[in-house]
Formats: sequence, structure tokens, C-alpha cells
Amino acid sequence: MKSKAFGGLLAIAAVMFVGAPILISGAPTESTMGLVQKIFYFHVPSWIVMFLAVFICGFSSAIYLFKERPAADRLAVASAELAVLFGLMGLMTGPLWAIKAWGVWWQWDARLTMALILELIFIAYILLRTYGGPGSEKLAAGLALFGMANVPFVYISVNVWRTIHPTTNVVPTLSSSAPGMFGPFVWCMVAFLVLFVAMLTARLRLEEQRSRLERLHLALEG
Amino acid sequence: MKSFFETALLVSFKDIRVETRSWEMVSTTLFFAASCVLVFSFAFVREGRPIDGAAAGIIWIAVAFSGTLALGRAFERERYQDAMRGLLMAPVQRSALFLGKLLGIILLMAVVEAVVVLFVAFTFQISLFLYPGYLFLLLATGTVGFATVGTLFAAMLLRTSSRGVLLPILLYPVTFPVLIAGVGGTVALFQGQPNLDLARFWIALLVFFDAVFITLALWTFEPVMTE
Amino acid sequence: MRVHKVSLRTVGGLLLVLGLIVFTAQFNLAAAAVGQPAQDEFVPLESVPPEDQLPAAPLLVAAYALLWIAVVGYLWSIWRRMAAVERDLSDLAGRTGDS
Repeated sequence: MKSKAFGGLLAIAAVMFVGAPILISGAPTESTMGLVQKIFYFHVPSWIVMFLAVFICGFSSAIYLFKERPAADRLAVASAELAVLFGLMGLMTGPLWAIKAWGVWWQWDARLTMALILELIFIAYILLRTYGGPGSEKLAAGLALFGMANVPFVYISVNVWRTIHPTTNVVPTLSSSAPGMFGPFVWCMVAFLVLFVAMLTARLRLEEQRSRLERLHLALEG
Repeated sequence: MKSFFETALLVSFKDIRVETRSWEMVSTTLFFAASCVLVFSFAFVREGRPIDGAAAGIIWIAVAFSGTLALGRAFERERYQDAMRGLLMAPVQRSALFLGKLLGIILLMAVVEAVVVLFVAFTFQISLFLYPGYLFLLLATGTVGFATVGTLFAAMLLRTSSRGVLLPILLYPVTFPVLIAGVGGTVALFQGQPNLDLARFWIALLVFFDAVFITLALWTFEPVMTE
Repeated sequence: MRVHKVSLRTVGGLLLVLGLIVFTAQFNLAAAAVGQPAQDEFVPLESVPPEDQLPAAPLLVAAYALLWIAVVGYLWSIWRRMAAVERDLSDLAGRTGDS
């Protein structure tokens, strides 16, 4: 049943992604940044999904640390991988937008820096799980908690430091300031969310099979 | 049975007493920090002289690198004869153990930083006495934040393979905000026209960081160390 | 003999409140930070000047393509790992079947 859900979700996501360019090209063009601003429709949802994955990882890590439920640990590792993936997508689409809009590939401003830090934290999580040897699940859970605690600082930073990066006011007021852009944005946001859930399902299934394999190994050796 | 803070202080005093027998960690960490300062001073040069603005960054690099080294070695001590397990089996609150180790690390880093700051001020001709209170607060809050996360991670990794390299990999990304705030505030203090508002902002942010991370560390030390 | 337990939640909560108070009190001072004021809204154009059309298109296409590559690449990696695990599982099932 799980694979059916995965297949269905993936199909929906694929359809939405194919439909996205049509909607995006119909959306009005932004006045100061021109055509390249349309990367916004992929860039912002990537980061939003990444934050979502970070929080899921953080919360399931907390549950695993304090309640010791194996399912929580599986969810934590799956969402950590997805956090790294979607963060990577955000980090790739951002510079492509920046080189046209700002003239540089990278800026050491608050939000970029903090987003990069968050990405590094979850890469460290994956490294710890992979190379830390037995018993690293709990340690990684501790790391994920600290990673999640960093997220508010990412969000606050742009508003407080007021740098080149568009402030967080853009998205909430989009429906009133640029109504033609709001529709495609919501479409892409939903597409990314469906994609995220589909991939999470697939990754969780992999983790469940791995746990089964480990249990079988232990049973055979015992 | 000891109370929470009594236990913590006991652990700290134990560490201090062990250290004062040989002074090994203090002397080697100090020398390492001083070497760090020199390495970076020689690395960032313009026209044959170290860049002026690099002083703030160099202080914090020395703090981060020597701190990581000290953390690794402080917990390496606990591996001998399974001392850590003995500590964990004691009928005390585990988080008190954490606090005790943390206080010891903070003390060590404070000693190292005092020397590093004087050294950097000497070589870069920075007037430390313009706003000593601000500088002290910046260093104090930054050190507490860095040491808190570092102590937790170093304790966590005690029995992990590859712990030597995993500690920096885990520690640096999580403490980047602390370092960014520390350097930002120090730069604001060391520049030609010191920007006190900015320094105050960074100190406030660091206080917030410290509050969040100390709380998290106290909560997670117990479950993370149960194995 | 009694162990005095400090309520960690109280300590933690107090620390967080203190940190929050100190931090929010300094919130306004952030205006001292450097930088030009950021954009607050997206402002839609009426018509796009021709010179803005072409150079941005490759970037946009590249962004879209990279997303597809990342997603497909990750799904392939899951598929590959899954195949390995399923192989091991059927091996083990074969062994338990025989023994």
C-alpha cells in the first residue's frame, strides 16, 4: 500500500511540475528584477520545504531521545536526508537568481549565511549517522535538536539585519501586492509539498526495510 | 546526597585539581592558541604586515580552534579506566555532571582567552581599555555558548569512532552563529569609531543563544548519555 | 536520604525568558546594522523591456533543470539502496528457509 501512495503522490507532483512553467510564464514580471525573478517560484518553496524537513527531523529526534521510539528515529533520518536535498536545491537556485539580480553568485548576508549553516548542520547529521558507528542514532538526534533550535535565528536575522535579500514580508503580502504572482506561487508550493511527502514515504520505506534486515541479522546470529 | 549545584561544583573542582597537578592542558592549549594567532597573522598580510581589521577575527578563530582541542582532550581524560561510566553511575543528576564539566571548560577557555586577547592587543596595537566591559561581555557570552555546545557534543562522542574529526564537524556549524555574533561585536568595538549600539545588539543575541543552548543541553544530556 | 531535584523546566524556562527579554529589548538597536533597505514587496511590471528577456532565460532554465536532476538523482539513489537491502533480505530469507 505504501508503494501505491508513493506512486500516486509522485505522479501528482510530476504533473504539477510540468504544469508549473505554464503558470509561471503567465504570471506578471517583476519590475526591478525582470524575468530572472521567476526563479522565486522554485527557490522559495525549496527553502520552505527544507525548513519543514528540519522541523520534522528536530521533533522526531526529540521524540526518539526522550521516548525511544524506533519509528521516530527512522523519520528523523529520512527527513534529514530530504532537508539536505531541498537545501541543496535552494542553494543551487539562489545563486542562479543572484548572479542576474545582484551581480554576484554569493553574498555573506544574514539569511544566506544562516541557511548555509543549517545545510552544514544536517550534512553533519548524515556524516555522523554514516561514520559514527553503533549508537550514533541518539547522538545524531541531539545534533538535530540543536539544528532545529538554530532555525528561528535564521528567520529573525533578515528582518533585523535588513540586507539585500528580500525581507520576509514578500511572501505574506504577495496576494495583495502582486495577485498575479500569488496563484503560481501557491501551485509551486503545493507541488513541492506533494513531492516532499512522496519522497519521504519512499525513504521511510527504505529505512523500514533496513530495520527489518538488521533484526533478521541479529536473530540469525543470536 | 548532593544537591544539583553541589554536584556540579564537585565535578569542576575535581577537574581543576587534576589539572593543577600537571598544568598540562592549560599550558598546551595556551601555546596552541598563541600559535593560532601567529599563523593567521602571517596568513592575512598586506604589504608585509598583518591586516589591521583581522584582529577581531583572529581572536575568535583562536578561541574556536583551541576550544575544540581542549574539549577533545578534556573528555579523553574521562576515557581512562572508564572514568566516565563511573561518573554516570553515581547517584546524582546527570545534568549536574554536564554543568560541572562545562564550568571546568569555561574556566580553561577564560584563561586562554585572557592571554590571547592581550597578545592580539599587543601585536595589533588595539586599545583594550576603551570599552573593556563590552569586550568582556562579548567574550563571556560567546565562550559560554561555544563551550555549552562543545561540552555536550564532546561528551556525546566519547565512545564514538572517528570522534576526533567528528567533533569539529558537528560543533562548528552549530556554533557559527555564536562566532558570527562574537566577531561582529568585536569588530564593532575595535573599529575606528566604535559602534556601541551594534555591540550591544550582538551581546543581546549571544545572551539569547546561551539561554537556548544551555537549556537544550541540560535537557538532552541525560537521554543522550544513556546507553 | 533525599536527592534535591532542581526542576530543569523551571531553570530552562527562566533562562529562556531572561534571554528573550534581553534580546527583544535590544531589537531596535539592530537598525544600527549596515546595509541598504531591503525590498519589501514584489512590484509587477506592466510590460517587459526587450533587453531583459534573453539573458535571464538560460538561468531560469538551468534552475528548473537542476531541480529535476536533483529530484530524479535522489529517487534513483533510494531505488539503488532499496535494491541492495531487498537482495540481502531475500538472501537471509533463503538461509533461514534452508536451516
